[in-house]
Amino acid sequence: MQWRNSNTRWGWMAILLHWLTAGVVIGLFLLGDWMVELTYYDPWYKTAPWLHKSSGVLLFVLTVARLLWRSGTPSPAPLASHTPLERRAASTVHHLLYLLLVAVMLSGYLISSADGRGIEVFGWFEVPATLHGIAQQEEIAGTIHRLLTYTLIAVALLHALAALKHHFFDKDRTLKRMLGL
Amino acid sequence: MKRVIICALLAALAAVTGAAQAADYVIDSKGAHATIQFRIKHLGYSWLTGRFNRFDGQFSYDENNPSASKITVNIDPASIDSNHAERDKHLRGKDFLDVNKFPRATFVSTAYEEQAGGKATLRGELTLHGVTRPISIDVEHIGHGPDPWGGYRRGFAGSTQLTLKDFGINYDLGPASREVELFLSIEGIRKP
Repeated sequence: MQWRNSNTRWGWMAILLHWLTAGVVIGLFLLGDWMVELTYYDPWYKTAPWLHKSSGVLLFVLTVARLLWRSGTPSPAPLASHTPLERRAASTVHHLLYLLLVAVMLSGYLISSADGRGIEVFGWFEVPATLHGIAQQEEIAGTIHRLLTYTLIAVALLHALAALKHHFFDKDRTLKRMLGL
Repeated sequence: MKRVIICALLAALAAVTGAAQAADYVIDSKGAHATIQFRIKHLGYSWLTGRFNRFDGQFSYDENNPSASKITVNIDPASIDSNHAERDKHLRGKDFLDVNKFPRATFVSTAYEEQAGGKATLRGELTLHGVTRPISIDVEHIGHGPDPWGGYRRGFAGSTQLTLKDFGINYDLGPASREVELFLSIEGIRKP
């Protein structure tokens, strides 16, 4: 398999970025949902948010790389069996997923950097705060982060259900293509 | 008829002078010559300090009758500031102050007893986290007099200690962190 996309197939770079993103997004969602309920004396009380923030920053870098990659290499054409409605719906959902992904990560960044502190990434480097000091910034960003995350997960679920529908009901190659098969 | 008028005038005069002696003051939160600070032990190893940035209030003080003094303070619990946004977010949330549900904290005095040397004990009802309880504040009368800009000011310092559980805040911060100390620095500008 080649690493660049062709007109009929996804290259392994796009496939890798897709599944890596899917895994990290699900992981960050579960981690985030779990960590906000941790009690003060829990050994994970500090480690879990540190992991969540570090991974979030890396996912942002990965997403920027993915968007650059996507703009630089042509996406394979939709399958001939896909109806015009399916094509439009799929394209809308894909764009929405990218938009939500970026918005969720930015809102998360704005919570932790609300007081001007940077965000440490696995102790390797620190992302400085840029926009900070807005009144109630951590509260507003926190609410947006939570609501957009639920939206992202709901849209991703829709995306996954659509892929399964193509695989099991339409019996076409939509999901297989994303698995490199 | 004449006598009635004179009596009424005397009563009015007494009321006016009485009011002048029991002067009313507005807490100078606008000019930030007032502070509400707290501190709580972190794990029992150090003090964590913070403050409430938004509050207002007024008090009355009569030098001839100090025990008639009264004070009311309204605090916006959402203005908690411990110099760490993530912690402040947690403190505003349901584990602690739950400011969406309880957007106001107030202190209304019920009694003031002055002792020698400018010390006093102020009693009153504190409403915090939706729970109203009597508390007692150790007060020190710091000073009073004209300010350089034509006003008249009077200031006090107060301190007290609260048990978080008493106010329905049950989040476990550890055995050393069940009480929080409050420090109040209050300067009032006399109402004209």
